[in-house]
Amino acid sequence: MLNPNDLPAPFSHPEILTGPAQISIQNFNLWYGKAQALHNINLPVLQHAITSFIGPSGCGKSTLLRSINRLNDLIDNISVTGDIKIGERSVYERHLDVTSLRKRIGMVFQKSNPFPMSIYENVCYPLRISGISQRNILDEAVETSLRSAALWDEVKDRLKRSALDLSGGQQQRLCIARAIAGNPEVLLMDEPCSALDPISTAKIEELIAEMRGRFTVVIVTHSMSQASRVSDQTAFFYLGRLIEAGPTKRLFESPHTKATQDYISGRFG
Amino acid sequence: MFGSSKMKSDSQSLSNGAPKPSVLFKTAVRIRSKAHSNATEGVPWIWVCAGALVTILLLIAGMFGIIIAQGISALWPKSVIQLQHDSQTVVGMSMRTEDSENTETGQPESKVLVYQANRDFGMNEFAFVPAAKIGTSDKPAQIWFAERAEWGPFIGRIVSPESAGAADLNAGQVKDLIGSAAVRYKEIKALEKGPLADLNTDIEELRLKKRATERHLELGELSAAEASAKISAIENQLSDLQTKHASVSEKVQTLRAADEAVKATLIAPNGQTKTLPASQLLNAYLPNQLSVPEKIGIFMSRLWSFVSDEPREANTEGGVFPALFGTVAMTLFMTMAVLPVGVMSAVYMREIAQQGTLVSLLRIAVNNLAGVPSIVYGIFGVGFFCYTVGVSVDQLFFQDKLPNPTFGTGGILWASLTLSLLTVPVVIVSTEEALSAVPRSLREASYGCGATRMQTLWNIVLPKAVPGVMTGLILAMARAVGEVAPLLMTGVVKLAPALPVDGHFPFFHLERSFMHLGFHIYDLGFQSRSTELSRPMVFASTSLLVGVVLLLNFVAIKIRSQLRKRFEGRGAF
Repeated sequence: MLNPNDLPAPFSHPEILTGPAQISIQNFNLWYGKAQALHNINLPVLQHAITSFIGPSGCGKSTLLRSINRLNDLIDNISVTGDIKIGERSVYERHLDVTSLRKRIGMVFQKSNPFPMSIYENVCYPLRISGISQRNILDEAVETSLRSAALWDEVKDRLKRSALDLSGGQQQRLCIARAIAGNPEVLLMDEPCSALDPISTAKIEELIAEMRGRFTVVIVTHSMSQASRVSDQTAFFYLGRLIEAGPTKRLFESPHTKATQDYISGRFG
Repeated sequence: MFGSSKMKSDSQSLSNGAPKPSVLFKTAVRIRSKAHSNATEGVPWIWVCAGALVTILLLIAGMFGIIIAQGISALWPKSVIQLQHDSQTVVGMSMRTEDSENTETGQPESKVLVYQANRDFGMNEFAFVPAAKIGTSDKPAQIWFAERAEWGPFIGRIVSPESAGAADLNAGQVKDLIGSAAVRYKEIKALEKGPLADLNTDIEELRLKKRATERHLELGELSAAEASAKISAIENQLSDLQTKHASVSEKVQTLRAADEAVKATLIAPNGQTKTLPASQLLNAYLPNQLSVPEKIGIFMSRLWSFVSDEPREANTEGGVFPALFGTVAMTLFMTMAVLPVGVMSAVYMREIAQQGTLVSLLRIAVNNLAGVPSIVYGIFGVGFFCYTVGVSVDQLFFQDKLPNPTFGTGGILWASLTLSLLTVPVVIVSTEEALSAVPRSLREASYGCGATRMQTLWNIVLPKAVPGVMTGLILAMARAVGEVAPLLMTGVVKLAPALPVDGHFPFFHLERSFMHLGFHIYDLGFQSRSTELSRPMVFASTSLLVGVVLLLNFVAIKIRSQLRKRFEGRGAF
């Protein structure tokens, strides 16, 4: 088994695909109170590509994901050092309007969490809170988003019905539609398929694949097969450290570290 | 193959060496005791818990059963019996039998309590008849039971005044008599409550205007010439109105005189007679000639007049409409006051304030507030609302009516506000619980879309918490409807001259004192001339109060389940 002391020095130059980086995480550390959860993370995330974060439970991958849209702000006693940049701007910039930051970043959660409203209102929620109320704009955004989430044909006749009447897989696709309705640059997905059956999972993976080229997608997953199927770039985390990052195919076929090798071959985690 | 061979061997063993019954019995006992020790462990505890629940249910069912049964029997038309004892005749309604000791002999004896009514015929309303001494007992057919506007009910004969005592009026004649009197009564009431009441209001308004002008003159805000011009204009209007008032009153007087000319003569069982205007008789029936459907009809009409009429005879007769109205109106005003304040406080404590020692202390304080005796709130209400806020309001806005207080005394507004103080902890606590039960994932979804804290609160958290808030509101209403002690000081009265809501501008008269069912019950039960006399009304009013509480709760629960449906799927928006 791995001992934290045997781990290599924090990964400083991850090997990446060529292309412009959309998100760059630089020397990022995070503490819950006095416990350090993330240790000196350095990772560029490619624009319009799909990046997956893998690693055993508690390795900090979700924490890092939620640091990108500053959802961790909701938790008391969090402190960070280092920086995360989206484009040229730091998300931890002083006087940054967090809500406008989050409007540029869509997020899909582990458990589907539609609002207790109609399907229509769920999808146009990001627009409504931005103060958009023109019917034609909302209608168009709802249709486009639902089509992108492959849900339009299933719900187009019952847009006014409660979103809670949908099945689990449909609810998760609705959440994806909601996340992209505001036309964000980045889409964060926190284990989006962990509560779904294989068929729904396949549908969502298909959707994620279609996002390539439109959004910068970061997906946290427990399923290594999912990571290898959908992502272009993979980052492996262990005990709050980034162990290895690189093109997905390379990382799975010839990992550089023993820890990665052990994890992807299922020897721990 | 296996099964059949085994069955065969079993049947052989049964037929060959069948075990004796005692052995079978022992086996059964052993199996049962084994089962007892393993599978049904803790059975006595289950029985104790179930017993506790059943006891409570029986007590509650018994309480409602007694109250409602007594309430129904108060309105049910009873038959009139005629008892002979010791050469005396007692006519009346048998109320109940009481066991007691004879004061002279010390022997136990039972007495029948008979309600004789006829207070103004030189008779006792109630008579105790020793059961042992009753000679004959029968139910005379031709005996009337009549409710009257004054002096309570009458039991006896109704005859026409011209041929006094000669012949009883038949049922149709009595019905006509009462029916035509009711028409005339309605006509008079329509005049009194319509034009006459309007004129009175206008005259009062003008009088206040005149006083205000006089006050302005004293303060030097008006010159003498202006003031006198104004006053003379007002006086002109006033005299005009007074002429109108006089003509309407005269009309009323004429109608009254015509009404009183139609008379009926009552003959009590003791032979005394009394001739009175027919309109004094509100309804009358022959209790011993009623079929069951007729009895049900009379019961229904009495039930209707009980909830829709005003009280008579110091509240011991007639209806309870003003009390019912006051109870419901006060509860609704209280709800309107408590809901926004309670919800906003809870939102601040749970969603906005920094959680820490101060908020924890505040929370404990709010919880403790729910345990403060209601009389304390009453004292606070009268001291703060009536005598501090109310008096200031009077001095600022109702100067012309002083020294008569408007808001500076008890009224439905102050009573509602006092009760909302009393119930606000309940609303705060349940709202806080509802807010904390809103899943974190929903808030995160909203924040993740870029919503601000206020947008999240308003669009996601509050709607989701509404059913929980409704639970708090139901509890608050249930407590407020039943509360009497704080009302005693803050505006409830035995008999209110006018309802707090009526057709005169501004329609809601929140300064008015009001009647309340809870206080009505207390007043009837403990403050009336005769507890025996008011007993049926006490039970009927109590049943009604229980009914009002159940109805209000039912409505609130219905609304809540509708909302729940909406927020938990299976419903359209």
